[in-house]
Amino acid sequence: MSAILPPSERLWWKHPLDRVEGTWIVIALVWCLVMFAMMVGWHIYGKQNLSTETYKTTREMFSAKAQAVVDKYTVRTETDKQIPVVHPPAGGDVYLIGRLWDWWPIIEFEKGKTYRLHLTSMDYNHGFSLQPVNINIQVVPGYEHVVTMTPNQSGTFSIVCNEYCGIGHHNMLGRIYVK
Amino acid sequence: MADITTYRTCPRSGLQFEANAEKLMLANAVVAVVFLLIGGILAIGVVLTRWPSVHWLQADDFYMVLTAHGIDMLIFWIIFFEVAVLYFCSSTLLRCRLATPKVAWLAFALMLIGAVTNNIAVFQGSSSVMMTSYVPMMATPAFYLGLILFAVGALIACFVFFGTLVVAKRDKTYQGSVPLVTFGAITAAIIAVFTIASGAIILIPTFLMSIGIIKEVDALVYRTIWWAFGHSSQQINVSAHIAIWYAAAAIAFGAKPMSERVSRGAFLLYILFLQLASAHHLLADPGLSTGWKVVNTSYFMYFAVLASMIHGLTIPGAIEVAQRAKGYNNGLFEWLRKAPWGNPTFSGVLIALIGFGFLGGISGVMMGTEQLNMIIHNTIYVPGHFHATVVIGTTLSFMALTYFLIPVLFKREMINPGLARLQPYLFGLSMYFFVLVMMGAGTLGVPRRHWDMSFSGAAMAYEWPGAAYLMMGLVGIAGIAAIVGGAIYIYITVGSLLWGKRLDDGAFSAKPTPFPLTPASTALHGTGSAGFAAPGTFVLALVFLTAFVLYYFINWKYLSQVWGLS
Repeated sequence: MSAILPPSERLWWKHPLDRVEGTWIVIALVWCLVMFAMMVGWHIYGKQNLSTETYKTTREMFSAKAQAVVDKYTVRTETDKQIPVVHPPAGGDVYLIGRLWDWWPIIEFEKGKTYRLHLTSMDYNHGFSLQPVNINIQVVPGYEHVVTMTPNQSGTFSIVCNEYCGIGHHNMLGRIYVK
Repeated sequence: MADITTYRTCPRSGLQFEANAEKLMLANAVVAVVFLLIGGILAIGVVLTRWPSVHWLQADDFYMVLTAHGIDMLIFWIIFFEVAVLYFCSSTLLRCRLATPKVAWLAFALMLIGAVTNNIAVFQGSSSVMMTSYVPMMATPAFYLGLILFAVGALIACFVFFGTLVVAKRDKTYQGSVPLVTFGAITAAIIAVFTIASGAIILIPTFLMSIGIIKEVDALVYRTIWWAFGHSSQQINVSAHIAIWYAAAAIAFGAKPMSERVSRGAFLLYILFLQLASAHHLLADPGLSTGWKVVNTSYFMYFAVLASMIHGLTIPGAIEVAQRAKGYNNGLFEWLRKAPWGNPTFSGVLIALIGFGFLGGISGVMMGTEQLNMIIHNTIYVPGHFHATVVIGTTLSFMALTYFLIPVLFKREMINPGLARLQPYLFGLSMYFFVLVMMGAGTLGVPRRHWDMSFSGAAMAYEWPGAAYLMMGLVGIAGIAAIVGGAIYIYITVGSLLWGKRLDDGAFSAKPTPFPLTPASTALHGTGSAGFAAPGTFVLALVFLTAFVLYYFINWKYLSQVWGLS
């Protein structure tokens, strides 16, 4: 009789569908398949897909590689902490360290050029949140994630940490310049 | 049968309660409400701190309060209540005794000890690791131990539920198939077993790490397995509250499912595909392949979304059919206009259903689309989404069910029914607004779990757009309104239990009274228009689909404008 009683028809699975249900199931299924095709299709035709290039890494290995790039491509330093500003060549690799509680170093890109940005964390999970563009990527300790980025606008961009990482989390910021 | 027990037939609902099951339902529901109360008090701290112009708590207190709020609401309030729902859907709906009541009390004790242990650990202040407790950030051992004890208790409760199904089958208290609502509860319990097992697999090694026996739990492995627990536990809620929606439609309207086959088929899709959604949390992570992400995040071609869209049609559809059969057959929407809007069980469920679909469902698919996730991951859009699913969907449904249970299970007359009529509207609609402004702020990039959006004192501070501050202020106002709505629910529930007029128990018997044989149902058709039994519901479903499609492509447009990524 009702949903809280056993079905009165013993062979309920033979009960014919009402037209309203049948029609809706077809419409909903088509929409589900469209959404699935959209996600797959964007990998083929879209320009915003997250790279899956990942390596296991350690603090020491990653710091050494980051330091080498900083030594080679630093153009100036900023703030009283003397944070290096790194300007890598187009197509080049650059390393960004997330740690309690800053992003190091500052990076300078050129608009329309493509770069390989290597991300990792030295300690806890962090969240790479590029603002005001609003691109958000999880940064996990022990894993080096290589993201290929092509800035399409110039200006000053902030990296906000958006994964909770302790008492100083809300002051963990970094910067990317695009010329 | 060794257990001596009695069966009470409620004179107000005709439902039959077995004595042991009744006490256990009562105990689990009361503890659930206590945790809702604690979680609600904590919500004041969260909301008033994230409201930028108030910014009430200090950072360490804020993170502690946020951790406790998440765990008390998402885990303890909901799962305690769900255990009561499982016992209701087995023992009460199948009219049989509860299997192994002593073991069920053990489950209850373990859950309670675990919950209290975990809360003490959090309030001592050195376990502010958020509900997700991502390693290598460590809480104290008691934090994990509490969760593990709670999980073991909940797992035992699931097996008591399964055992009760066996008892009913063996004692032949029903004929044919279990009711649809029980089928929904079985879906929830199956998902719960998977969920709790995943939790144990990851929390036990993490506990061992916290006491120094294991050296390291890999951060990415932790995230992957933890989400098989963390997200799946929300899938238990989805199955449970959808079962409650079907129950409410049956209770308030005598509505029968439009077709058992479709509704049960949709629950079966949940069992098969719903858990894949734990991938939603890992879309922005390194180390997982694109194929893995696409297949899992789409619940294998969105088959679980299909199931939810089916339930979203069949529940109001069943109500429409029942209302039309009663003569409310004019036009498309007379059935809805003449619905009992003053009955909080009905209004609560309807507000939950619409909010869950439009706000929770649509936003969930956005976040769960692999590429769109990049413009949403870890922003405050995420808590916006899950407050739509878990608060508007699950919590409001549980509140609506409570209003039905106060006279039936608690045997009390509800105090202040006028306030109860108002409560689903105040709570539900302020939550609608709350999640909308949260998602708005998230679209501008405002992060979740963040103490100070002004970054005061930071060397390279970022200035959010003014609209982000405005929306976070509105989050604060709407949040306070919702907390008032929650407080009214607790006042009515606890007040009725303490001071409500005691109602008649009804007849007791030593043996269960089986279901009378029901005559074969009459055909569903005969009302409606154009061969559609529920044309009004179909129109509403098309409105939903239009909103869904538009918002989906708006987000793709937004994504296509951000930096190139490959």
